Amino acid sequence: MADIQFRLNGVATSVDADPDRSLLDILRGPLRMTGAHFGCGAGECGACNVIIGDRAVAACDTPLWSVRDKDIITIEGLGSAARPHPLQRAFIAEQAMQCGYCIAGILVSAAALLMRNPAPDDAAIRAALDRNLCRCGAHNRIVRAIQRAAAEMAVP
Amino acid sequence: MTVPSSAPTLPASLAANPKLSSWLKFTSDGTVALSPGKVEIGQGIVTALAQIAADELDVDIARVQMVRASTAASPNEGVTSGSLSIQQSGRAIRQACAEIRQIFLTAASERLGADIGGLAIADGMISGPGNIRTSYWELAADVSLDRDATPGAAAAKRSSRRALAGRSVPRLDVPDKVFARPRFIHDTALPDLLHGRVLRPELSGAKLTELNEDGARAVAGLVAIVRDGSFAGVVCATEYGADAALQALRKGATWSAGETLPDDNDLAAFLKAQPVETTIIATKASAQPGAAARTIRRQYIRPYIAHASIAPSCAIAQWTEDRVRVWSHSQGVYLLRSDLALVLNLPVETITVEHVEGAGCYGHNAADDVALDAALLAKAAGGRPVRVQWSRADEMTHAPFGAAMAIEIEADLDARNEIVGWRHAIWSNGHTARPGRAAQPGLLAAFELATPFPRLISTNPPQANGGGADRNAIPFYELPAWQITSHRLLTMPVRTSALRTLGAQGNVFAIECLLDEIAAERNEDPVAFRLRHLQDERAKDVIRAVARRAGWKPAKTSGTGHGIGFARYKNTGAYCAVVAEIEGEQDIRVKRLTIAVDVGEAINPDGVVNQIEGGAIQATSWVLKERVRFASDRITSNSWTDYPILSFTEVPAVDVEVIQRVEIEPVGAGEAAHGPVTAAIANAVFDCLGIRVRHLPITRDSLIAAMELAP
Repeated sequence: MADIQFRLNGVATSVDADPDRSLLDILRGPLRMTGAHFGCGAGECGACNVIIGDRAVAACDTPLWSVRDKDIITIEGLGSAARPHPLQRAFIAEQAMQCGYCIAGILVSAAALLMRNPAPDDAAIRAALDRNLCRCGAHNRIVRAIQRAAAEMAVP
Repeated sequence: MTVPSSAPTLPASLAANPKLSSWLKFTSDGTVALSPGKVEIGQGIVTALAQIAADELDVDIARVQMVRASTAASPNEGVTSGSLSIQQSGRAIRQACAEIRQIFLTAASERLGADIGGLAIADGMISGPGNIRTSYWELAADVSLDRDATPGAAAAKRSSRRALAGRSVPRLDVPDKVFARPRFIHDTALPDLLHGRVLRPELSGAKLTELNEDGARAVAGLVAIVRDGSFAGVVCATEYGADAALQALRKGATWSAGETLPDDNDLAAFLKAQPVETTIIATKASAQPGAAARTIRRQYIRPYIAHASIAPSCAIAQWTEDRVRVWSHSQGVYLLRSDLALVLNLPVETITVEHVEGAGCYGHNAADDVALDAALLAKAAGGRPVRVQWSRADEMTHAPFGAAMAIEIEADLDARNEIVGWRHAIWSNGHTARPGRAAQPGLLAAFELATPFPRLISTNPPQANGGGADRNAIPFYELPAWQITSHRLLTMPVRTSALRTLGAQGNVFAIECLLDEIAAERNEDPVAFRLRHLQDERAKDVIRAVARRAGWKPAKTSGTGHGIGFARYKNTGAYCAVVAEIEGEQDIRVKRLTIAVDVGEAINPDGVVNQIEGGAIQATSWVLKERVRFASDRITSNSWTDYPILSFTEVPAVDVEVIQRVEIEPVGAGEAAHGPVTAAIANAVFDCLGIRVRHLPITRDSLIAAMELAP
């Protein structure tokens, strides 16, 4: 066991746990944050994506030790109904989902993309989401929603 | 006694669940609690049903609270499948609400001393001349809805008087999902919740012969190890601990040899060599048989396809003495309850199954299986609730698959290459083994217990219910004669059950590709050929609409191709025509799908578009990528790497036109696109490369194989 500290959605957080446990397990278990979803446990589907620094990474594939002193943003930190992130507003406007299980991870990947590239074109959006799987076929709506959010964020 | 045929009748779902209060209650906080028996599986059904109720009652849709289906109180509407929810639940709710509206108008008339004809309802407020007013909620205490619906008691509104139907109302479940508020069963928090995992073999059908539990017992927080025959699992205080205990249990497990699986490179040989039950589905004889100059015979193959839900299946169960409560993302809470009762040997009244949303399932996946797993593990948990979640590998290997199909069509052609005879034969496992419909259970763990239930061999629904393997096998075209035959396998080495469209994807692929081939031999435009063989105007309309929208037929350029596909789902449901634009040499890329669809009255047009887009993209994934792979004794496609699906960079543009027909009863949209998209892509491949690929998926390998087979 080790005491590992990081910033989670801007809040200093300390976790006393086996450092080899996955970040997803820590989030969903002791931290009781269920926004990041378990999909495969192998970093292949993106349902559990979180932002570390300015990159979206699969929390299921990220050991706790590796996030020491890092800045982590989860879907819970993106926004809320009272203060939605432009992406969240855009996903509602475009009805950009069917079942929605993959959406938390996709919102996170999109937010990381917009941090690095505020005006991504269609190809850049698709490339950034290529490791996020959607089984329902909501892909094109999702891309439209991200374009809508980017346009909204570009307005000064 | 005879009943005149014009006697009013209730919609089937309302006739089966006539008590009005089981559908709807006016609650004291000014809301309407609407309780359908159908469940949300990502298709937006709860929103469409809320629209129907709000329209019929004249209340703001924001007042409609949708109650999740539960065997404790909900109407029993069987299973949420087959694109029937709008037809079944929608009609029942529309009629129930119409009658409830009438009951309240009568009560208001009495209370206010005004004629019913002078009363109006706006957002639940009932008002009349001279500023008299009351409301549903004010009257609710005095009006009992604990009465049965009466046929003919009230007529639903005419379509022109509905405010919400036909409007794209935002889905009610979307905000929770965008803001990560717990809505999925996976995220459900319960006091004292424990976590369970089940040990399943990698070898197909292997029996657990020995189990050393020492390693698992050493895991911190372990609550119980459960073993009953080949069923084994762990219960632990944490999910992390449950995973660790399962890993230890796996190390201590000894399994028998696996059962032999078919050669996945020669599915046709396997399917055609099995013992079968043969059914003649339909025959049509020509009054004036044309002379056949020749007969062409083509064989089409669809592989086993995984549901591959993005979430692993999950359930929660909790025992209180000899009663058990189960939370499940099953498509049929009552049907699951029946099977649980069989396996647990309990009266159904002692079991409650409550629906909580999961991820999209696309048919009968492991949702029901994991519910039994949870009930079995929770028995050892001392009354605490136990949440069980499958692994990705188990989801990809132990859940039922969509059945592989070999389809052979013989077409008799006359001297002018006109079709004079048509024989369509299918070899396939049955397309459903859903729980709750047989004398024996269909749940995986039931087959693994020390005293096991026999493995349920999948069957086919009758053609009157849309059929199974034979779904859409009867041509919708005006052909002079045909015979449709279904050979259902009586062995089932690979577990199969309902996958979106059942056999329709395979049959539409076969029919539409062969028609395309015959049209090409005649040098006839495939759109004109289809229109010439159709009489149904709605069918012709979707084909004309898609041809217009896609600019049929676009000029031929090197490396691209265009193809068309059409079907009316189940021959009774939604009409859908698709033009696919592809490009490719060695690998096929689908660039654009142009689609026209007619579902009758589209209650929520954007919901229809969403379902059609999703179905089209999923079908593209099936066509270009998907097949379950196996070695001689195990399923090997157990991860997203080994069972790839279409990714964001591979998804085509999808352009959908909805032909709105407000006067025609609505039907579902979720399965309309799969068959036509499949055929359109295959026909576009021919247009592009001159190769007829009759073996799905269409990959580099199947293109090469088709080229070698070509004359």
